[in-house]
Amino acid sequence: MALKRKSLRRRILTVDLPMLAILVFTLGPYLWMFLTSITPESQLFTEGPSMAGATLENYIRLFRTVGFADNLLDSFIVASGTVVVGLSLSVTAAYSFSRFSYRGRRVLMMQFLLINMFPLVLLILPLFVLMRILGLLDSHLALIIANSTIAIPFSVWMMTSYMNGIPRSLDEAAMTDGCTRLGAMLRIVLPLCLPGIIATGIYIFITAWNEYLYALTLGGRNVRTITVAVQTLIGEYEVQWGLLTAGGIVGAMPATVLFLLVQKRLISGLTQGAVKG
Amino acid sequence: MSATKLSRHDAPERPVRRSLARQVLPYAMLSPAVLVTLAIVFLPMLQTAWMSLHEYVLFRPKDFDFIGLDNFRAVLGDEVFWISLRHTLIWIGVTVPAQLLLGLVTALLLNQRFPWRPLARALIIIPWALPSVVIALMWAWIYDSNYGVMNDFLLRLGIIQSSIPWLADPDTALGAIMLTLTWQGFPFFAVMILAGLQAIPKSYYEAASIDGASTWRQFRHITLPGISGVLVTAVLLRVIWVANSFDVIFVMTGGGPGYATYTLPLYAFIKARTNLDFGYGSALAVTFTILLMIIVVIYLRRTGKALR
Repeated sequence: MALKRKSLRRRILTVDLPMLAILVFTLGPYLWMFLTSITPESQLFTEGPSMAGATLENYIRLFRTVGFADNLLDSFIVASGTVVVGLSLSVTAAYSFSRFSYRGRRVLMMQFLLINMFPLVLLILPLFVLMRILGLLDSHLALIIANSTIAIPFSVWMMTSYMNGIPRSLDEAAMTDGCTRLGAMLRIVLPLCLPGIIATGIYIFITAWNEYLYALTLGGRNVRTITVAVQTLIGEYEVQWGLLTAGGIVGAMPATVLFLLVQKRLISGLTQGAVKG
Repeated sequence: MSATKLSRHDAPERPVRRSLARQVLPYAMLSPAVLVTLAIVFLPMLQTAWMSLHEYVLFRPKDFDFIGLDNFRAVLGDEVFWISLRHTLIWIGVTVPAQLLLGLVTALLLNQRFPWRPLARALIIIPWALPSVVIALMWAWIYDSNYGVMNDFLLRLGIIQSSIPWLADPDTALGAIMLTLTWQGFPFFAVMILAGLQAIPKSYYEAASIDGASTWRQFRHITLPGISGVLVTAVLLRVIWVANSFDVIFVMTGGGPGYATYTLPLYAFIKARTNLDFGYGSALAVTFTILLMIIVVIYLRRTGKALR
């Protein structure tokens, strides 16, 4: 009994407390931002952020006067568009990588891996010139295309790894029963890796939602995503930290919630594919 | 493998058409993704290389004069380029090891048995999911020279005597941003290393402790060799990613004060965005990419081996 208590104390000292310290470091800035956002502006600079007198006035201002709702909508359109493009283009490619062996397969796979390693700045300049020529600047389509440069290779890799987890004998059984290749893919493999597809889609959504540099360069007055809007806030309302942090919380909310929902499946896929940095 | 086996089985039925279709099918299924990436990734990249050989300033769109390698010669003689390169190296050299160390400690803790482990594991990853703009915003608020919690905290502990304008002081700005990036990136290491740790068989540790090996010796001789592969992969990936990322810097300081927080990709971006000098900006981007490719090639060779 005494031994047990001693080992419990030891565990608390060597595991629980250090873990708690790391968690405080991890979540502290986020919670601090949240606390700031619910503190009334007048109180913020005299007493500092606190729970006392918590208010939603910053959030109300954010939507009433700053017009954050439009930005949320823009971000939503761009992120959903990217999910559709990214998933639809990569399903067949992933199936091909996962089920066939042919000349050039490895090189092509590496090519998709390589794309994610290229500096974004190498792409952002020509894409700007290209969109200007096509007259697509400041449109949702421009941002969807730009985000797809990240989303397609990523989802090809993720889906290949999910499909590799589904036994080939299932495809073969379906084809013996008279399915075509495409039939086997659509009826057998896709339904089975639906959870993986959903996780990949959500991940693409989060990345596109969080993306900032493309949105800044290719967007404009009409299409201003939430990340650009938050950054603009920093410029316009420099010292109104209550309002700024409220913007930060709103901007981060969808991604955080979605991430917590799928993190388990996502992490296993990520550590296998090791695509995202 | 099994696909070829299958095709041999089916061959007698409709030999020629079937096997041709079978050969084309994989490529046909690949083509949408490949063609689109060619169009929106590889062609634009070539265009960057092409632009870097020209004098091309966006407010004079008519002038697109071929000047050969002049831009690159200018890059090598550009003081700001060397400053940015030095910062990029410091940026990688401090941030990645810091993330690795913190990530390793976190992973080792998460690998222990304690009741709230699942909760800790889910929460630890949050910084990773946040938009970089929001990260920049919240850390700028923490570093704020008048009301920031960082100054408040350090003043109360008596570590500093007066408030420091962390992001406005050239001596502290880069360090402050590196702390932010360490915060953002260590969960990635923690998660990857944790996966590596869980792949080490428990029996190794049992055998070692029966033989009387100390915790430290177990760590040195079982844990470290067991996760070395994951560590190398994670470090390479992280170096590439940290080198590339400049959005947090861009929002927090815009490269300032002066050139104190310039890194190479940021410099290329600012050249093109503010000065609209796309020729020179492209040359900077290409130079940076070439330097980065050294690490990328090492990474791809490792992954390529694993694919075989």
